This record gives sequence, structure tokens and C-alpha cells, in this order.
Amino acid sequence: MSADKLVVRNLSKEFRVGRESVLAVDDVSFSIAENEFVSVVGPSGCGKSTLLTVAAGLGDPTGGSILVDGEVIRGPGRDRGVVFQSYSLFPWLTVRANIEFALRGEKIGRVERRLRALEQLDVVGLGNFADAYPSQLSGGMRQRVAIARALSYRPSVLLMDEPFGALDALNRRTMQELLTKVWEDHRLTVLFITHDIDEAVFLSDRVLVMSARPGRIVQDVPIRLERPRRVEMQTSEEFLELKQHLLKSVTSTDPALAAGGRR
Amino acid sequence: MTSAPEITARPSTADAAVPTRGRRPGLYREISRGAYAVIAVCGMVVLLLAWWAYAKFGNTNPLFLPTPDRVARRFVDYAGGDLLTDAAASFNRVTIGFLLSSAMAVPLGLLVGTVRPAEAAIEPTMGFIRYMPAVAFVPLTIIWIGVGEEQKWLVIWIGTFFTQVLMVMDNVKRVRRELVDVGYTLGLSDVSVLWRIVVPAASPAIWDTLRITLGWAWTWLVLAEVVAADDGLGHRVTLAQRYLQTDTIFVALIVIGLIGLVMDQAMKVLGRRLFRWAERGNA
Repeated sequence: MSADKLVVRNLSKEFRVGRESVLAVDDVSFSIAENEFVSVVGPSGCGKSTLLTVAAGLGDPTGGSILVDGEVIRGPGRDRGVVFQSYSLFPWLTVRANIEFALRGEKIGRVERRLRALEQLDVVGLGNFADAYPSQLSGGMRQRVAIARALSYRPSVLLMDEPFGALDALNRRTMQELLTKVWEDHRLTVLFITHDIDEAVFLSDRVLVMSARPGRIVQDVPIRLERPRRVEMQTSEEFLELKQHLLKSVTSTDPALAAGGRR
Repeated sequence: MTSAPEITARPSTADAAVPTRGRRPGLYREISRGAYAVIAVCGMVVLLLAWWAYAKFGNTNPLFLPTPDRVARRFVDYAGGDLLTDAAASFNRVTIGFLLSSAMAVPLGLLVGTVRPAEAAIEPTMGFIRYMPAVAFVPLTIIWIGVGEEQKWLVIWIGTFFTQVLMVMDNVKRVRRELVDVGYTLGLSDVSVLWRIVVPAASPAIWDTLRITLGWAWTWLVLAEVVAADDGLGHRVTLAQRYLQTDTIFVALIVIGLIGLVMDQAMKVLGRRLFRWAERGNA
């Protein structure tokens, strides 16, 4: 593997809830190689999204740091594209204008900007919806636009915070297929946050399991399924074994789940 | 999103013999547009009838409560006389006072809603002044700057500005953080995020704030005119009081109400056109 693209070094984050402070992320360290797809899975409230917020530069850590290309992250920047869970499209702009908005930072003319927006929409299969408004699209389509927008300005790192979390099961599967395909074609470094183990295994080169309260990385599992990934793999023995293994490790991190899944 | 009007089947006569079960919910039940209009007209007619009946048979002095037809006749007289001049004077004052207030309140509200130190510096003070009754400022404004046009604008400004700032601040705070975060991850500066994301995202709500506060501006205008003015609808009310012309007071009140209604509806329609994207719900 090539050099580390993104390095998380002894990261911790405390939140103040009333008078108590909660340790959301506790001394987490790991690194992601260039063009590697890494997922972080864990029970809700384990601080996995906090990790991404810090990586995006939208929140400060309490201790430690995240480095990209050897530089400590102070704030957000165009080197890192972010896809949020939902509500991230500008509702007053058309789909095309949403992507052109992201391209304003590039030194290109209006015509080229437009062409690149349309080209990017084709990548996610929404070429025919360029002039629609976000509210006219389904949840899945909106997330496609959000992904197209994050890819449009070619960041070297893509940060995705449960991007398919708000979608129904069918849509989610389609989006996973789309994302794998796009990633396999374009290759970039991805940090992907999810609570869906199937999703993590299907998409990733590596899956990190995070425990809740305090949030720690308890497992680092390489996924050696062959690429290109296809949906049929999800029923293969190898896939199911990985899934079983991860499921067990996620469950064991959460006392409530381990006790029989009742909360 | 508002719920779409549902189409329900009428129970057919063939089913009449089959017993039914369950009670239909009555609250929040939709009615047709036609039914709504009919009920609305009936409501107004009832009010008018009650007024007329009480004035006619209620053993009241017509000096205190004129009948609707007297008011109508007075309206025709007044419309042929000073009505337009009075309405124009009032309209101009409200427009200028309101624009002055809005032009200052919107930028300040944007600042206070997005920059915490600015909020700390301004919000508590505004919240305090807002509760000082604008009515009590009227004598002060006369002492300060006399009874000219500027004094009317000042009264309207005092009555509207402080609340406008707080309302715009609230509008701005309600902008989805995701949208702001997207702007920053795209490399936008603070000023660009404010200008290119916060302003458009908050504009439908700010427009609503302006629409609501315009109604209040009217109230303050009439107050200013009632106290001291040479023309305007509020002045007409004071003048009529001096000569016990209650019918004229009624006419003035109704005209003020009508102008307010027309302006409100105009802003509603304009807002709907300007912010069509917001009508379709949040994406």
C-alpha cells in the first residue's frame, strides 16, 4: 500500500451534557492509505460521526488531531468532500445549479462549469434531472446529487456520514451499488460512517468497529473480497462470515445489545 | 408539506343496509374551497347584521353607534372628498417608516443571528427596549423632533425596528446547519456563506417577518397620526372625534383595515412568487 493519506492521532472529544462531560471519542488512532475505502461501524451514539466532523474540519477535537497529507486539520477545505446524511442540497437551486455552486471555487468559465456539472450528473445517472429542484426528487436521488456535488470538484478525500441512513432498504442497495461502481472507476480515499454492517462490508477495503461510550476502535478488519464488487457477493460464504464476525464484535461493544438486544 | 386534499367516495345507497362501525374524526377535517367561501361570507354578513340590528333597535344613540348604511353614505361622501389625500399621506408615512426600519433591521438581524459576540452585544438590549411601549415614546418624539413627517417615521421605526431585529435573528438561526456546513466544506469564506447560503435560505422566513411587521407599522402610524398630524387617516379619526362624527371614525377604521389587508395579501402573493422553492417544502 502507498503512503497514509489520512491519519487520526490519539483523537478524543468530550461533550458537556449539563454538568457532566461525556467522552464521545476516546484516544482513537488509525490511518487510511491513499485511495483506500475505510468504513467505521458502531452502535448509534458511539461518536463515529464526531470523528467525521473533526476530519471535515467542522468541529474541534478535545485532544489529538487528524492529519491529511501530513497536515493537521484546522478547518474545512476543498481537499475534503463531505456527504451528509440528508438536507444538504440548496433547495432554492436546481440540481445542476447545486453542483455548479460547488464548482465556483474552480478557475473555470461558466460554460465549462455547466458541462462539468452535467457530466457529473451523468455519473450518478441523473442527467435527465438537471433542471429539477431538490424537492422534486426522491430521497435516494437527492443523495446522488449530494455525492455528485462532492465529487465534482475532485477532492482527494471523501468523507461520508451515513449518507444512505435515511433511505429505504431498496434505495440503499441501489446507492451502494452505484457508490462502489463510482469508487472503483474513480478511486479516491474514503472515510465512510455507517451503522449498517452489510453496507460496510460490501463497500470497504477495511472496516473499523467502534464501541460506544467511550468511543474506541475495538476491531480493524480487512475486507479482501474481490473487486469489482457485485450484489451477488452478499450471499457468498466469505461475505457472511465477515458479517457474522463484525456483528458479533459490534454487539459485544454495546452491553445493552449483548444482553439480548433489549433496550 | 401540506396534506393533499383527499377524495373520498360517497357511501352508495347499495351499502345503506349494511351497518357501519366507528366514528369519523371531526377535528382538522378539510372542507371544500366553495364551502369555505360561503361560511366566510356568512360570518361577515352576520357581523354586519348584528351591528345594524343593534344600532337600529338597540335603543342606542346614533351619535355613538351609527348604522351601517349611514357609514356607507359617509364613505361615499368621504371618497369624493379627502379620502384619497388622507390615505395617500398615511400610506407614504407607513412605507417610509417601514422601509427605514426594515433596511436597518434585516442586516442587523443577519449579523446578530450568525455572529455570537454580536448577539451578546445587541440581543439583550434589543429584548429590553422591545418591551418599552412605543406609545410612551410618542410625547418624547414630539419633544425631540416636533410634529413633522420625521416624527411619524420615528414612531413607526421605534414600534417596528427592535422586534424586527429579534425576529430576523430568529429566522437566521433557523437556517439548517447542514447547508452552512456544506458551504464551509466547499471552501467558502464567512462572508460568502452568509451572503450565498444564509441569506437565500432565510429569505422566505424574513419575508414573512416583514409581512407581519408591516401590519404593526400601520398600528404605530395611526397612533402617531391620532396624536399629532395635519392629514392622514389617523388625523381624520381625531378630527371626527372633535365633531362627534362617529360615522367618519368608522369609515376611517374600515379604510385602514382594508389597506392593511390589501398590502398583506400583496406581500403574500409576491412572496409566493419570489420563493416558489420554499412552497414545495424543505429538501
